[in-house]
Amino acid sequence: MTATGIGAPVRRKEDQRFVTGQGRYVDDFNRPGQTYAYFLRSPHAHATIRSINTGPAKIMPGVVAIFTGDDLAADKIGGLICGWMIHSKDGSPMKAGPHPALAQGKVRYVGDHVAVVIAETLAQAKDAAEAIVVDYEVLPAVADTAQATKSSVQIHDVSPDNTVFNWHLGNKDETEAAFARAKHVTKIDLVNNRLVPNALEPRAALGEYDPGNDNYTLYTTSQNPHVARLVLSAFIGVAPEHKLRVIAPDVGGGFGSKIFIYAEETVCVWAAKKVKRPVKWTSDRTEAFLSDAHGRDHVTHAEMATDENGKIIGLRVHTIANLGAYLSTFSSSVPTYLYAPLLSGQYDIPAIYCEVDAVYTNTAPVDAYRGAGRPEATFVVERLVEKTARELGQDPAELRRKNYVTQFPHQTPVIMAYDTGDYAASLDKALELADYKTFPQRKQESARRGKLRGIGFSSYIEACGIAPSQAVGSLGAGVGLWESAEVRVNPTGSVEVLTGSHSHGQGHETTFAQLVSDRLGIPIDQVSIVHGDTDKVQFGMGTYGSRSGAVGMSAIAKAIDKVIAKGKKVAAHVLEASEGDIEFKDGKFGVAGTDKTLGFGEVALQAYIAHKFSGQDLEPGLKEGAFYDPTNFTFPAGVHICEVEIDPDTGVTKIERWTAVDDFGVIINPMIVEGQVHGGIAQGVGQALLEGAFYDQSGQLITASFNDYCMPRAIDLPSFQVGMTVTPCPSNPLGIKGCGEAGAIAAPPAVINAITDALGHEDIAMPATPQAVWRAAQKTRMPMAAE
Amino acid sequence: MAMTMQGEVTLPADRAAVWAALNDPDVLKASIPGCQELEKISDTEFQAIAKVAVGPVKATFKGGVTLSDLDPPNGYTISGEGQGGIAGWAKGGATVRLEDIEGGTKLVYDVEANVGGKIAQLGGRLINGVAKKYADEFFGNFAKILSPEESAA
Repeated sequence: MTATGIGAPVRRKEDQRFVTGQGRYVDDFNRPGQTYAYFLRSPHAHATIRSINTGPAKIMPGVVAIFTGDDLAADKIGGLICGWMIHSKDGSPMKAGPHPALAQGKVRYVGDHVAVVIAETLAQAKDAAEAIVVDYEVLPAVADTAQATKSSVQIHDVSPDNTVFNWHLGNKDETEAAFARAKHVTKIDLVNNRLVPNALEPRAALGEYDPGNDNYTLYTTSQNPHVARLVLSAFIGVAPEHKLRVIAPDVGGGFGSKIFIYAEETVCVWAAKKVKRPVKWTSDRTEAFLSDAHGRDHVTHAEMATDENGKIIGLRVHTIANLGAYLSTFSSSVPTYLYAPLLSGQYDIPAIYCEVDAVYTNTAPVDAYRGAGRPEATFVVERLVEKTARELGQDPAELRRKNYVTQFPHQTPVIMAYDTGDYAASLDKALELADYKTFPQRKQESARRGKLRGIGFSSYIEACGIAPSQAVGSLGAGVGLWESAEVRVNPTGSVEVLTGSHSHGQGHETTFAQLVSDRLGIPIDQVSIVHGDTDKVQFGMGTYGSRSGAVGMSAIAKAIDKVIAKGKKVAAHVLEASEGDIEFKDGKFGVAGTDKTLGFGEVALQAYIAHKFSGQDLEPGLKEGAFYDPTNFTFPAGVHICEVEIDPDTGVTKIERWTAVDDFGVIINPMIVEGQVHGGIAQGVGQALLEGAFYDQSGQLITASFNDYCMPRAIDLPSFQVGMTVTPCPSNPLGIKGCGEAGAIAAPPAVINAITDALGHEDIAMPATPQAVWRAAQKTRMPMAAE
Repeated sequence: MAMTMQGEVTLPADRAAVWAALNDPDVLKASIPGCQELEKISDTEFQAIAKVAVGPVKATFKGGVTLSDLDPPNGYTISGEGQGGIAGWAKGGATVRLEDIEGGTKLVYDVEANVGGKIAQLGGRLINGVAKKYADEFFGNFAKILSPEESAA
């Protein structure tokens, strides 16, 4: 390992500009003649729009234009799409209601887009929006996940009972048979609470039209600018693909919420041509709460069957998944193929059957949020395993160990074929780091102080490296999920890597450069990573699902191999040797068995001057591209152990210890990986203890600011103890599994298992706020140990 | 988001006088906190403009006020619905009952109100307190107008 190669804890190159305020985010871009867009949003959860009178608003100072859904329709601009087709059990396609960028006749959630005002200043746009008169006929609304199909409210004409689909996976008969012969059945009812993504940088869009060349440019906060361009051109129809440039510059966090193609960027590109001036929109925090796609929101009943030896023999799950008022870009895949295939966890479970009813409600659309389906699955499995252990009187760690998959590859009953792993190794290491053996002493010591101490496990698995294109295509995906890369070697020997992955906090500029430095033997500062611009990078699928290492870097590795192969040809000409005799080692091309070598930089220069190329066989230049399509998902897995102490008088839960032992396969940069683990755990702890998006019965979002929606802060978290085990991933050339979502997947059940252990109570809903914990503690209050 | 509120006030005037005041747009206008306009459309309908502040949200609401279930001089139901532009909307009603008591009239009210949009998003946790404050102010003003000193002036 070199100081900047694979495995080195290289400091993040990009942080210099981020921490010195020199990052350039969408809102930092300003174009000549720029105007400002403000979206008038529905204050009602459900209403028919009888009329919109923009007359008085249009004559307000500074107003450039006001558009409504009718204007988009007149220009034949299509609605927003959901790119993953799910079929119900009966074979019928999911019921996708229309999703216009600006409302057409009806609004379906608070925050739905009614009109856009474009003005010289943002203040003028807001003032004019105030003067628009909308005549609403307010309709009854339904916001509650479990009530959606029972309500008389009808949100979309295509779905009279608000069902999007009734989907299932697994083998029902085998599962029923397993339950019939079970010695013990553990049942649980769970709510996976709705979350607001809350990236540090709110969404923003800046559309520009150049009439001279008929070119459109969109600066947008996107995790996947090429997908945005494809959807905006091919489906929504705002501009032809070859005329639309999408730039996603520095982006301040996404967590999934910036994968999707939203109304605002659609309108900004379209309106820029209408008003012949650039149009900028920047979300404020309230708009982010209302209109960013939310995460989770499942209501689940699940049962686990065990035999007389405590071996899990069956799992059945019924989930109602709230998809909100409209189907967001990838929403349908989250509670289906990103969820149910993970229900086997790390366990050898012979029979699994899962039913998912996806429903519309009068709430913001719900889509992928850090972990996307996998946290929901892990929560179900790990809460059930923990509860089973308690009901059987077994040690929760040992019950897990007993049921671990130990032979690989392992085919689960729910699609996935786990390629490799060593779950017991992670458990052993975690138990040791967490000092599990002495937990009873710590519990006793807490009790002496009148406190309740508990310990909770989470033995999670996730499917990352999304995804083999053929596989996802057969499951309904509208796109392939490969990745592309281009490695451009300059005549001076410096290298630019153009990648279809997009960095919005992950540190790609560092880790990707480490791979290049390692493979080509050049200093890391000779490598630049270029991403986020459709005019520079030919195509890419973007960053989500912990795919950029396993898929994005594999594409780069493939392109590097081609560069080395071409370099050998160049070196053969220059060194007057046969190509087969050229070896590339430690950054040098040499003739085998001789001391004749050429440095990488010399070969680069020779490739471009081409003075020593004889004949026409070899083209000048040193630039290679590659597309990499994975052959399997990757399966990061690990064990997290959370230890809490609860003050029964106040209900405050303090996380005293956190141990995370993860197997991410080969690690490129341990410091960045550890940072990803920390961030993921913080997000998972947020879900478990603090965060929750709540709508009231009328569909008003009553947690629409940081006053009412509590984000985790440093004081809520302990210092994490992070350990690693490594089983290299066999399905990609780098052995990488992915680490971006693990913490958020592992953490919620670890926290809740610890709290329920402390309280001696079987359930507590997330977020386990002090109020909720205090109430539960009152119910089960145990006599305090004598002083 | 919805809220409910009940209460009663003692007014230093007889039932007929209280009933007359409850139907007098000038008295109502002077009593409703922040009311800028209250225009009578018919005996039971008014157009109103009122400035309202809930936490960080301040807005001018325009809307209609309707009187129904008229039972002179025992009580009525007063209901209203207002749009506050991008601040959101509010609607609600109150049943008002009058009873004779020693030295005046007891007014018993039962309020139900609903708000939406920005007011609900940002002022949600303040809304009950604000509603209580507005009710206290309304009846405080109302009682003041009905008190003998005020009438004499």
